[in-house]
Amino acid sequence: MKARVTVTLKSGVLDPQGKAIEGGLAALGFAGVDSVRQGKVFDLEISGRSADAARADLAAMCEKLLANTVIENYDIEIL
Amino acid sequence: MKSAVVTFPGSNRERDMMHALELVSGRKPEAVWHADTSLPDVDLVVLPGGFSYGDYLRSGAIAARAPVMDAIRAFAARGGLVLGVCNGFQMLTEAGLLPGALMRNAGLTFVCREVLLETASTANRFTAGMRKGETWRCPVAHHDGNYFADAQTIARLEGGDRVAFRYASGTNPNGSVNDIAGITNEAGNVLGMMPHPENYVDAQQASTDGRAFFESICEAFAAA
Repeated sequence: MKARVTVTLKSGVLDPQGKAIEGGLAALGFAGVDSVRQGKVFDLEISGRSADAARADLAAMCEKLLANTVIENYDIEIL
Repeated sequence: MKSAVVTFPGSNRERDMMHALELVSGRKPEAVWHADTSLPDVDLVVLPGGFSYGDYLRSGAIAARAPVMDAIRAFAARGGLVLGVCNGFQMLTEAGLLPGALMRNAGLTFVCREVLLETASTANRFTAGMRKGETWRCPVAHHDGNYFADAQTIARLEGGDRVAFRYASGTNPNGSVNDIAGITNEAGNVLGMMPHPENYVDAQQASTDGRAFFESICEAFAAA
């Protein structure tokens, strides 16, 4: 099965890269972009377990490596 | 003082660190590899600067899960001294041995320059022999040195006198909260710092201001 993990910065954590992208969009003439936050997407191919077991494993992967929970939140989707 | 320096794939300051330690302590540090599962009998273990694993995922994130880190965690729990410089500081936060995280520099660019550091606390095993409030020259070279922690953690660090070093006189190169350049754990035996004192120890370098830091660490063991 395929799974997608999305890691985003927690609100309140400064995102200098998002700010720079926001400035870049404004420079290209895209008006009305009030905020940009940059995150990461991980696409995983998982085998040998049920969707529920995969979800539990993915949560453990996020806690241990994929996300730094001091500054980031994660979201798991089984596709 | 007996010391060891750990090399990870992508470390690049391990030789500078070994040179500084040998120069000041008079003993050649032991070389440890990231895949080792035990440490030699030493007083101090150093995680040096560099770009372990190419800074992939997050700076220090992969190295923080290396086999040697379990041995380092146990060593720190026994009261052993652990120093992380630059990428080593990033590893210590990623490994949970120090609180907070090192984010992309506020100015977005890699900074490679000299800063003025203030010795903000001497209430730990590393800086006890330094003079509190004194400022000294030190080089920095990093892209992710912007120290961040939630307000509660910052209050705990400040209240516990755990900010060892601060960028002084408006030289904060990365937007780090409260000008934090280095912090210790609660017990004062794990220290992480972004600047590179190991690069200011030799008469052939631009300054020898970094020597006092290494001398201070050595003094703690000379007295024991």
